[in-house]
Amino acid sequence: MSATNTQTSDAAKPKGLVAQWFALLWADKFAFFAALFLLIAVLCAIFGPLLFETLATKQNLRGRNAPPFDLSRGWAFILGADALGRPLLARIVVAARNTLLVAGAAVVASAVIGTTLGLIAGYSRKRAAQWIMRLGDVIMSFPSLLLAVIVLYMLEPSIANIVLVLAITRIPIYLRTARAEVLEVRERMFVQAAKVMGASDMRIIFRHILPVILPTLVTIATLDFAFVMLAESALSFLGIGIQAPEITWGLMVSQGRPYLTNAWWLSFWPGLAIILTTLSLNLLSNWMRIALDPTQRWRLEMGGRKNG
Amino acid sequence: MSKFIGKRALASAVSLIGLVILVFFLSRLTGDPTDLYLPLDASVEAREQFREMHGFNDPLIVQFGRYVGDLVQGDFGESIRQARPAMQVVLEAFTWTLALAVITMTFVTIAAIVVGSLAAFRAGGIFDRLATFFSLIGASAPDFWIAIVAIVIFSVNLQWLPTSGTGSAAHWVLPVAVLFIRPFGLIVQVVRGSMINVLSSAYVKTARAKGVRTLPIIFVHGLRNAMLPVITVIGDQAAAILNGAVVVETIFGFPGIGKLMIDSILLRDFSVVLAAIMISALAIFLMNLLIDIAYALLDPRIRY
Amino acid sequence: MADHLLEVRDLSVEFHTAAGTVKAVQNVNWYLDRGETLAILGESGSGKSVSASAVMNLIDMPPGKITSGAILLNGKDMLKMSAEERRAINGAKIAMIFQDPLAHLNPVFTVGWQIAEMMTTHGRPRDKAAARARDLLHRVGLPEPDLAFGKYPHQFSGGQRQRLMIAMALACKPDILIADEPTTALDVTVQAQVLALLEELQQETGMGLLLITHDLGVVAEIADRVVVMNGGQIVETGNASEVYHNPQHPYTKKLIAAAPGSGEMPEESDRRGEPLLRATDLHKYYSAFHALKGVDLTIMPGETVAVVGESGSGKSTLARAILRLDDPSSGQIHYRGKDLMTLGPRELFGLRRDLQMVFQDPTQSLNPRMTVFQLISEAWAIHPEILPRKQWRDRVAELLTKVGLKPEMAVRYPHQFSGGQRQRIAIARALAMEPKLIVCDEAVSALDVSIQAQVIELLAGLRREMGLSYLFIAHDLPVVRDFADRVIVMKSGEIVEEGPVRQIFEAPRKDYTRALLAASLDPDPEIQAARRTARMELEMAVSA
Repeated sequence: MSATNTQTSDAAKPKGLVAQWFALLWADKFAFFAALFLLIAVLCAIFGPLLFETLATKQNLRGRNAPPFDLSRGWAFILGADALGRPLLARIVVAARNTLLVAGAAVVASAVIGTTLGLIAGYSRKRAAQWIMRLGDVIMSFPSLLLAVIVLYMLEPSIANIVLVLAITRIPIYLRTARAEVLEVRERMFVQAAKVMGASDMRIIFRHILPVILPTLVTIATLDFAFVMLAESALSFLGIGIQAPEITWGLMVSQGRPYLTNAWWLSFWPGLAIILTTLSLNLLSNWMRIALDPTQRWRLEMGGRKNG
Repeated sequence: MSKFIGKRALASAVSLIGLVILVFFLSRLTGDPTDLYLPLDASVEAREQFREMHGFNDPLIVQFGRYVGDLVQGDFGESIRQARPAMQVVLEAFTWTLALAVITMTFVTIAAIVVGSLAAFRAGGIFDRLATFFSLIGASAPDFWIAIVAIVIFSVNLQWLPTSGTGSAAHWVLPVAVLFIRPFGLIVQVVRGSMINVLSSAYVKTARAKGVRTLPIIFVHGLRNAMLPVITVIGDQAAAILNGAVVVETIFGFPGIGKLMIDSILLRDFSVVLAAIMISALAIFLMNLLIDIAYALLDPRIRY
Repeated sequence: MADHLLEVRDLSVEFHTAAGTVKAVQNVNWYLDRGETLAILGESGSGKSVSASAVMNLIDMPPGKITSGAILLNGKDMLKMSAEERRAINGAKIAMIFQDPLAHLNPVFTVGWQIAEMMTTHGRPRDKAAARARDLLHRVGLPEPDLAFGKYPHQFSGGQRQRLMIAMALACKPDILIADEPTTALDVTVQAQVLALLEELQQETGMGLLLITHDLGVVAEIADRVVVMNGGQIVETGNASEVYHNPQHPYTKKLIAAAPGSGEMPEESDRRGEPLLRATDLHKYYSAFHALKGVDLTIMPGETVAVVGESGSGKSTLARAILRLDDPSSGQIHYRGKDLMTLGPRELFGLRRDLQMVFQDPTQSLNPRMTVFQLISEAWAIHPEILPRKQWRDRVAELLTKVGLKPEMAVRYPHQFSGGQRQRIAIARALAMEPKLIVCDEAVSALDVSIQAQVIELLAGLRREMGLSYLFIAHDLPVVRDFADRVIVMKSGEIVEEGPVRQIFEAPRKDYTRALLAASLDPDPEIQAARRTARMELEMAVSA
C-alpha cells in the first residue's frame, strides 16, 4: 500500500497544489457545480450592489408583479417583478450581499471563538476548561431560533445584532467538536513525541493539534453556513431579522407572501436562491469530508467512476 | 445514574435561572405594554390604573422580587392578553406542539432508518445516489418556503388540504409534512454514514463468516451499533421542533408554543414568555435525559 | 485422486485501488485434509489472508475480483455456488476466528447470544442453541462460564475473548477452522494457552485447521505443513520441520535468518563508575490502581537495559515516568547525579535533549501533516542552540543517510513510507537532539520480522558509533536476547528478576521468568517440541 501511495503522490506533485485540488473537485461533479454556484453567489455579493443597486430599487408601478420569462422589459425582468415593479433578478443579486454577509460573519465569528475555547477546554486541565464547557451547555440548552427571536425583539434587529445572536448560538458546535477532537489528538503518539522533545504548549497546539483538527472544523463550518443562512432567512421571514429597505432572500420570500395566489414568483425565486446555496454548501461539505481526509482521498483520486 | 441526573439537572437549573433573569430585565427595559392593550384615546387615569394593576410602576427590582416570590409559591403570573394563568396558557400550547413533534419524529425516524440503512448497504448504487441527493435537498430546504409553496399547491390550487387551524386530521397533514423534510434529510445522512462505518466493521465481518443472512446483518448487528450517533441527531431535531417550530406554526396558524411565544413577545405578555421559556428548558432537559438513557440501553459499554 | 477436504486451485485475486490494479494473490495452490494443520506464513502485504477471505466469501467485489481458479470443498467448486449456498457453508462447515477478538465481537450483544446466534442462523432451535452455548463456554475454559453467558465482550480479557471466538466458531462443529493470526495480539503465556486449546479441540473433533500467521514460532508449535507466501505468491511449501531445516527459496532463508533470538549474546557489561540514569523506588498510582510498586533501575553509559513484561506489567508506565511524560507518584530519578523530579521546567527543558524516545507505532508517532524535513528539524526549532538554521538542510540529509534512508526523501510525508522506513524516520528525529539515552517503547513490535531485525541492527550500529544508551521496552524475550546487556523482567508493577542477559536466558532464577521463556515460541519445530514438554512439566509443578 505504501509503495502505491508513493507513486500517486509523485505523479501528482508536478501539477502544483491548485491543479491538484481542482482535479479533486472535478472528480466529484456535484461538488464542482456546487463550488461554481457558490463562486457566482459570492461574486454577486461583492459586485452586485455596486452594479445593480439603482436597478433593484427603481419602482415601476406599471410593471407591478410582472410575470417571469417575459423579455419585453429587458433581461433584468426575466424572473418577473415584485409588487412595486422592481426586477426580481436584480433584487436577488443585490440581496446576496446581506444574506451571505450575515451568515458568513456569524460563521466566522462563532468558528473562531468556538474553536479557541474548544482548544483551551480540550488542552488545559484547569478549572477554566470546566467553565467553558458549562457555558457551552448553557447555550445548548436553549433553542437557538427562539433565543434569537427574544433577543432580537428586545434589542434592535440590526445586521450587527443578528450576526451576534446567530454567532452566539452556534459557538457550542465548534466548541464541542474542537474539544472532542483535541482530547483525542492530544493522546496521539506524535503529540507525546513532541512533548519528549520539549515542545511548548503553544507549539503543540498550533503545530501539532490545530492542523489535524482544522479539516473537520472547516467541513463543519461549511455545513453550518447553510444552517445559519436558513436561520437568518427564517428570522427575516418572520419579520424580526433584517428590516426593509435592506433586503435579504428570506425577507424577499416574506414580502412576496401576500401575493402568493396571483404572483407565486415573488416568493419562489428568492426561496430557490436559498435552497440552491444551502444545497451547494451541503454538497461541498460532503466533498470536503472526503477530500480533506488523507485516508479517504483516494476515492476522489480514483476518478469519477467510483465517487459516491 | 442518579448522581449523573442530579448533576445535569443542576446545570440546567443554573442556566435556566440565568436566562429568566436576563429575559425579565431585558423585556421590561423595552417599555411596558400599556399602550398596546388600551385604546389610543384611553385616559391618563385609565393608563395609570392599568400600570398599577400589573405593577409596572414599581422599580424593576421590586417587580422582580414580586415575580420570584410568586414563582416560589407556584404562581407563574397572569397572561395580560388572555387574563388567565400564564402557565395554563403555555401548557395548552405545549400539548399541541408535543403532539406535532411526536407524530413528525415518529415518521421521520422510521423513514430515515429504513432509507439510510438501505442506502448504506449498497453504497454508491443507484438507490444510494438518489437517497443521498434527495436527503441533501431536504436538509437544504428552508421550511418557510416549503410551507408557502405547499399552501399554494395543495390548499390554493388543488384545494385538497386546509391552510390553517387544527380542526381535523387533514389540518395536520401539511404541518407534519413540512416539518418532516429537514430532519428526514439530516437523519438519513447520519444513518447512512454511521451504517457504512458499521457495515465495514470487524464484527460485521464475523457475522458474515458465521453465515448470518443479509437482513439480520443490517438490522440486528448493524442497526443497534449504527444508532448511537443517530440518537443524538434525532434528539436534537425533536428538541428543535418542540421549541422552534415557530415558522411552521405561524404559517399554518397552529396554536403551538412557538406561535404563542411570538405572539406573546409581540404583545409584551411577559409572564407567558417567561413561563414558555421554563417549559422549553424543562422539555430540552427531559429530551437530553431520554437520549442518555437510550444510549445506555443501546450500548452496554456506557455506564453513568 | 481422492478429494481433499478443502483445496484452493490456481487462485488469483485482484483489487482495484487508486494507483491501479493490485494483484493480491497470483495462482495460489494449497489443500487441507481432515485432522491436519496447515499454516500460511507471510509478512504484511504478502497476501497470506486473501485466499482465506476468498474461501469465506469475505472479499468485497468490487473493489476485489477473483480472476482465476477454483475453491473446492470436498471436490465441489465453491466459486460456482450461489450466494445462499455459500452463506449456508459459512459457520456450519467452515468457521473462522480473527486476530483482534474485541473488534470482531459485536459490542452491544451478550457473548452468549452471539454464540447461540451461530447455531440459530443454521437452523437450530433457540433453546437448544443456548444450552450448547453454555456447554461451549465450559469447554473453552472460561472462568465462571455460567456467568459469562450474559456478559458483554468488553468485560473479558484479550485471551478470554479469543476463547469466546473459538467457542463461537466451533458451535456448529465445522469441518474446517480458519484462524487468522489468532494469537498475535496476545501475551506469550496466553498465546501458548490458546494454541494448546486449538490443538486439543482439533484432536477432539478431527477438523482441519488452517492457520494464517507471520510467526515462525507459531508454525513450529502447531503446524504439520506450511505454505510460505511473499508478494502474493507461494514461494515454498512443505512439511513444517523440513521447510525450517532445509529452506529452498531465498525468501524463506531470509525469513528464518531474521527470526530473533538466534545470535550471540553480549558479554556482561562493566557497571563500575557513575550511572547515566538511576531510578529508585518509583511508584505510580492511577487513582486506586497501583501501576508501579517500587521499581529500581540503573543504566550505565553505553549500556542497553531491556525491560520485558506482559501487558499490565507496568513497563510502559516505567518508561513514561522516566521521561516525565507521566510523573511518578513517588520515588527519585537521577540523571548524571541530578534529580529529575525536583527540576524546574527550564532545567527539564534542557535535559529533554539528552533523553529521547522512539515509540511503538511509527504511523502514530509521526505527525501525518508534516514532511520528513519538518519532523526532523523540529528538534532544532525547539532547541535552537543545537544547530543554526542554515545547516538544517545538510544535517537532515546526513541523519537520513545515517538511518539508511535517502536525503531526497526529506520532502515526503510519513504516509508515503513503509512501516520500517517510518521507524527509521522516528529514530532520525530522536538522533537530531543528540541524545545520550533513547527509550525505545516496543519500538520494533509493530514491524515485520525481517524489518525488525534491520531496525535492531541499526540501533546496535548507532550504539557503537555514538556511544548511546538504550532503555529497551519489549513484551517479547527473544527480541532482546541479541541486543540487550541487561534484562529486567516485570510483572504487575514489580521487578521479578534482573540480571545480565546471559544469566536471564540461560539460568533464570524465578518461575515467572522460566514460564515466560517456556512460553516464547522458537522457530525450530524440534526445539519447540522440547519446550512444550518442558512447559507442561512446569505447569504441573506450578499447579501441584
